Amino acid sequence: MAETLTSRPTLESADAHAPHAHIEHDTNTGISNTKLGMWLFLASECLLFGGLITTYLLYKNPLEGPTPHEIYDIPFTSTSSFVLLMSSLTMVLAVSAIERAEHQRMRVWLTATALLGGTFIAGQIYEFTVFVREGLGFTTSRFSSAFYTLTGFHGVHVTVGIIMLVSLIVLSLRGKLPEHRSETVEIVGLYWHFVDVVWVVIFAIVYLIP
Amino acid sequence: MALTEERPLALEAGDTTPDYSPAGVFTRPTASTGWRSWITTVDHKKIGIMYGAAAIFFLAIGGFEALLIRAQLWAPRGSLLSADLYNQVYTMHGTTMVFLVVMPIGAAFANYLIPLQIGARDVAFPRINAFSFWCFLGGGIFLNSSWLLGGGADGGWFMYAPNSGVIFSPTHGIDFWNFGLIITGIASLTGAVNLIVTVLNMRAPGMTLMRMPIFTWMALVSMFLLLFAIPVLTSAQVLLMLDRLFDANFFNVAKGASPLLWEHLFWIFGHPEVYLMILPAFGLVSDILPVFSRKPIFGYPFIVFSGIAIGFMGWGVWAHHMFVSGIGPISVTAFSLATMFIAVPTGVKILNWLATMWGGKLRFTAPMLFSIGLITMFTIGGLSGVMHSVAPMDTQQTDTYFIVAHFHYVLFGGAFFGFVAGMYFYWPKAFGYMLNESLGKTNFWLMLLGFNLTFAPMHVLGLQGMSRRIYTYDAGYGFELWNKVATIGAFLLAASVALFVFNIFYSRSKARSLPPVGPDPWDARTIEWMVPSPTPAYNFDPIPTITRVDDFWYRKYGETADHKLVRFASDEEACQPLTDGKGVHLPSPSYWPIVVAFGLPIVAYGMIFSLWLALVGGIIVVGGIYGWAMEPPDDPDLAHDDHGPADHASDGGASALPAAAESEAKEVETVG
Repeated sequence: MAETLTSRPTLESADAHAPHAHIEHDTNTGISNTKLGMWLFLASECLLFGGLITTYLLYKNPLEGPTPHEIYDIPFTSTSSFVLLMSSLTMVLAVSAIERAEHQRMRVWLTATALLGGTFIAGQIYEFTVFVREGLGFTTSRFSSAFYTLTGFHGVHVTVGIIMLVSLIVLSLRGKLPEHRSETVEIVGLYWHFVDVVWVVIFAIVYLIP
Repeated sequence: MALTEERPLALEAGDTTPDYSPAGVFTRPTASTGWRSWITTVDHKKIGIMYGAAAIFFLAIGGFEALLIRAQLWAPRGSLLSADLYNQVYTMHGTTMVFLVVMPIGAAFANYLIPLQIGARDVAFPRINAFSFWCFLGGGIFLNSSWLLGGGADGGWFMYAPNSGVIFSPTHGIDFWNFGLIITGIASLTGAVNLIVTVLNMRAPGMTLMRMPIFTWMALVSMFLLLFAIPVLTSAQVLLMLDRLFDANFFNVAKGASPLLWEHLFWIFGHPEVYLMILPAFGLVSDILPVFSRKPIFGYPFIVFSGIAIGFMGWGVWAHHMFVSGIGPISVTAFSLATMFIAVPTGVKILNWLATMWGGKLRFTAPMLFSIGLITMFTIGGLSGVMHSVAPMDTQQTDTYFIVAHFHYVLFGGAFFGFVAGMYFYWPKAFGYMLNESLGKTNFWLMLLGFNLTFAPMHVLGLQGMSRRIYTYDAGYGFELWNKVATIGAFLLAASVALFVFNIFYSRSKARSLPPVGPDPWDARTIEWMVPSPTPAYNFDPIPTITRVDDFWYRKYGETADHKLVRFASDEEACQPLTDGKGVHLPSPSYWPIVVAFGLPIVAYGMIFSLWLALVGGIIVVGGIYGWAMEPPDDPDLAHDDHGPADHASDGGASALPAAAESEAKEVETVG
């Protein structure tokens, strides 16, 4: 070329000195793909619960059958809510244990988390049975449908969380959860905390607000 | 996992025979050609192509339904379809076109192009990507299987309550609709998570967000819309499913349910849905116009930020679908204003496209023609959209053919024209041969003619008062002429789509006698054009370093001191040669995504017909998820590093040990 070009990098000069991109391992945001994926999934879950919570708010006053005030046992549900929230604490302790390579301790805390979650689910099943006995079936009123769907949906989420916790415990017992994979536990923890936080919202909106 | 601990961490170079079965069920698939390679692939390019092929298949079904509608309306008192069948046909036409054609074509381009445009080897979660596709295909087939199992859904694609209840729609059509779209919703959601993570996390060195090609930007925005819109539809569909199958009272008016609940939930999903369908097409056009105008896109940040603005404002306009539902004057005013405002960022885009072409050296190729088609046709549809934002006018037009005209101008004239432009443009990149240009131009003019003949008369019909979704009309209302024109147009439109399909096969047979198309047949600007055509499995070798917007263009062209454009690099110099890809680490194929996706429709059939079947499906899904989780995402027996061939030779097995450890660290993806 006759003209002088303003300096442009050629293919060779641009790419030859490029750092080798370990695309899976060093991400642009610094957050691992899996963790970012979980955050996005949880963001999406907010809208799912949002739809169900809206529905409950719209339908909380039934035309027939038992009303919320007649049927809720607030001290009981507060206790089981407390149990669920404590499981977040044990989850944090489990994550912290595996980050310090204390596998036995992590399994103890994971088991505790799963048991606390299981207690919450047991409480929910008990609560549902009592409600049904008192005449609040799934099809009784618009309130009953909305109540069972919202809290049941949350219960399913807790159950899925328990299954993931048990899977982690089994993996760890078989030696397949070394400390460099502690992020797996952390990500299950993210899900678990999310389910707890959603319960705080549901508990406040469903049980506490008159 | 433990497998890597029990056996050598890496085999000698050249010995790459995997001989173990991760969960005791399947051996790791290794095929790279043949049908097996397609069903086990995790390659984003193959998945993108399958998305496109499946979408064209569903386009044929949805198009056939459209032709049935138009044939029925050819003359007054048409008797081709009964009223009941007509309800099913227009419902399934709308559902198919929205969920099984436009959305998956967008997904096809997003899958194929995003990793190429950001300089990545694949998406963040390759197996989840495969799962998304199979899940979409399974959901689509499940939905259409309703035709053979008692009839399709018949409540309109928006399925308003209480019409969608068992009392008014006793067949299983709406149950199929519910579960089919919940399944495709799972596909969209996992796809959205996957592609957002890909864009945010896996860009090449130097590829900052504000250097990304506009298609990637628009796809990113539309993936965020999917992420937040799909769960709202899913929650609404769960409520409807519980109502229909388990006698819940969400839409049971007798127990005080509000039909407006469905409308709100549906349109909170439905309006972002409209934007997430159109934005990928906007992105394609924004990448095509600069190539054929030989100018950079006018106002890159404006295009990007107006896309983001559409993404945000799209959430605040849903109730303009409900102006006649009695939501009250304050809501109507607020949503009117919001709807008028959302025209602004859209107008910004149109201005940017026009200014891109202004003074450019225009080349009217087929992709360029279709792009211009998008701009003009979408502008017409956009203007009638602004008319709807004026509530009193909208009240006149609601449920008339004017609305039908409007959204076809937006979604066919807008989204679909953009997608066809994208197909003509990217065909050589994906398949290694060009589509015939003169057939392409004929295709454009035929489609433009057919499209306008079909949908322009509907404006008139709507203003004359013809209701949409009505299966017949009487003579003497002045509807005869324009319905005939629209029906003729619809068949021309079908011919133009058939011509496109013909062009694919015609061009492929002609291509054998032509020289191979180079990496950069259009003299394009973005980095996907620097890889060989068709794109090799490894995409880039090496990964390029990006220094600016339209990086590839500036690898070819420079400016002299007096601002003259000169080309300083030939294709050979600027593009990457085809290498054997040795030493490039790629994710391994897997059977598990298709297994898990196969279980979901079985669960859905079970929910409708017998809960025992649902149990079988559930076992397949759960077992599939565990098999998936136990299978390392990367085959530890295969060579594992990201370096080029030279590096591989120099460090030999030394890198294998940490690399294998890293592959374990990456297994965590299986949890999500």
